[in-house]
Amino acid sequence: METSFYLIQALNGIQYGFLLFLVASGLTLVFGVMGIINLAHGSFYMIGAYLAWSLTGITGNLLIAALIALPVALLIGFAVERICISHLHGRDHLDQVLLTYGLILIFNEAQRLIWGNDVYGVAVPQWLSGSIALTDTQTYPVYRLFISAVCIAVGAGLYGVIKKTRLGMTIRAAASNREMAQAMGVDANRLFAVVFAIGAGLAAFSGIIAAPVEAVYPGIGENILVVSLVIVVIGGIGSIKGAFAGAMLIGLADAFGKAMLPEFASFAVYGVMAAALVWRPHGLFGRVKR
Amino acid sequence: MSKKTTSGNPATTRRNFIAGAAATGGLAAASTFIPTRFAIGAQAPIKVGIMLPFSGTYAKLGENITDAMMMRIAQAGGMLGGRNVDYIKLDSEAAPPKAVDNATKLVKGRKVDFVVGPVHSGVGMAMTKVMKKAPKTIMVVPNAGANQLTREACAPNIFRTSFSNWQTSYPMGTELHKRGHKKIVTLTWNYAAGKQMADAVAQGYSDAGGDASGIEKLWVDFPSVSFQPLLTKIAAIKPDAVWVFFSGGGAVKFVKDYAASIDKAQIPLYGTFVTEGTLQAQGAAAEGIVTTMHWADTLDNPVNHKFMADFKTASGRNADVFAVQGYDTGSLLLLAMAAVGGDTTATPEIIKAMENTIVEGPRGPWRMSPTHNPIQNIYLRRVENGRNVILGVAHEALEDPGTGCKL
Repeated sequence: METSFYLIQALNGIQYGFLLFLVASGLTLVFGVMGIINLAHGSFYMIGAYLAWSLTGITGNLLIAALIALPVALLIGFAVERICISHLHGRDHLDQVLLTYGLILIFNEAQRLIWGNDVYGVAVPQWLSGSIALTDTQTYPVYRLFISAVCIAVGAGLYGVIKKTRLGMTIRAAASNREMAQAMGVDANRLFAVVFAIGAGLAAFSGIIAAPVEAVYPGIGENILVVSLVIVVIGGIGSIKGAFAGAMLIGLADAFGKAMLPEFASFAVYGVMAAALVWRPHGLFGRVKR
Repeated sequence: MSKKTTSGNPATTRRNFIAGAAATGGLAAASTFIPTRFAIGAQAPIKVGIMLPFSGTYAKLGENITDAMMMRIAQAGGMLGGRNVDYIKLDSEAAPPKAVDNATKLVKGRKVDFVVGPVHSGVGMAMTKVMKKAPKTIMVVPNAGANQLTREACAPNIFRTSFSNWQTSYPMGTELHKRGHKKIVTLTWNYAAGKQMADAVAQGYSDAGGDASGIEKLWVDFPSVSFQPLLTKIAAIKPDAVWVFFSGGGAVKFVKDYAASIDKAQIPLYGTFVTEGTLQAQGAAAEGIVTTMHWADTLDNPVNHKFMADFKTASGRNADVFAVQGYDTGSLLLLAMAAVGGDTTATPEIIKAMENTIVEGPRGPWRMSPTHNPIQNIYLRRVENGRNVILGVAHEALEDPGTGCKL
């Protein structure tokens, strides 16, 4: 194989990695700030994808669909936190896993009732539907590059919010020591609801922008949840920097694993996780808890 | 109403399909004409266990099979051999580890006369273990294509109304050779069904006189749908043709990804199942894909036209090959039970009837092979304007070899 083959595979991996990062960042944010393992994170991705499909069908425009779907997802996230998750603070992880697993079942059932079990496809917006020729046989869809650009923008925005704003400061304070932050007057209830909604929003947003390149089908949320959990564990639970590193590692492992070792491709992802954990048991950027 | 639907899974109870089926089939009218010999003697209803996925990725397949089968029976008066039918639904979750338990629940627990299922081949293989210990219960497979079900694992009480994986893809090998393709890439999920179909393509290709060493087999880990790395690999190999097997969400995504990355005019795309029930979601990306299949929505025969229209009315969905298989399962049960006058204890006679019946289904007339798999036409189809248009018969009355089956 020529060099260009490896370069295109790297591009495939990085592009996939960006999307994974966007999903995983929400999951790790919620864990870092609230200490909640949210198994229903994938459900928000699913909600985003289905909303993108049905709203694109109504409005005929993915951008407008996204503008409507995102607030809806944020609202659902906020409501779920207020109604369910807020009762979990101070409870152990088993309770959280049980409750959020229950939420997966509820969301999946809701999906069946609202959208049915069909597989749907969302059209790529006209102005992004072109492809760029990479070799004489392969072209690269512009929309995939667009996804990467959007992920970089959102990632940078997230970084900016966390590093530069007052909300970000409270988030960082709560993530480093929840009790102390509360003692210093941070309104934990409000903060948690906002953070959970942001986490849900990130997952839903990923689902929305991925919808045109993914098929929209039952079970789509669970598939992405498993990879996201792997990424969060590799990167260090609660670390957004770690989620980025983990997502890139998994994206590249997936691309090269599939291309070079197809028989072991599914192992490649877990192999990377095992190796990362042997090297750093708390994840690449994880903090050692007292 | 004398008919009732019970459920092994709470998730399926709120479905109200029966109402729709009854409206089309005139079920209410039929139930007032119960023959007198059954009016006394309190004939218990015939129990038909339905073990199909009603949740998850394959849920739509389970739904379409069930709805079409019930519609078929309702249209014939809602009875089997003059007896009422009690449907017992159980969500198989397409989970092989739960298959033995679930099948036992139906066979031993609910004492069903028939088990209709499953969709997933792994579930099917596990179920055969239960069925072999229950020779009085008859299993009708309305989808699962594992070759072994009507080969090594065959049994007198196991029938299939769908296809064997080999059957769907063997004619494609012939076709690829006929079209003069020399360098071919096959790509499917790395699991049993995918492997059996890819092997059948290669076998068909070499049986037709082609050199199978020109075929490169690629795999994707199941159920991954990130295909981009494989597309890059295909583009680097530069084959004459690509054949794939994917279904459901994977099929939609692959076809769209392929269209965005590779010029189909340069490297044409062939497939099995890859355009089945997914054309709407795939849109323009599916145009021109050539597939082999034992049915097509454009198949021109009166049974198919009526079936397509009736299914749309009863379920509100478009019929697909899975609904066809459910419909023919219903026909087979009707014919077999009519032959024995509803006597479910006459197992040898029921089996004989099922073996000798010619089913007039939407796919045309077909009958069982000696190993209980349909002998059927395999059609060559091409996607044109969002429909699978029939190009011709790829293989007439194709029979699975049934290797290794002793009946």
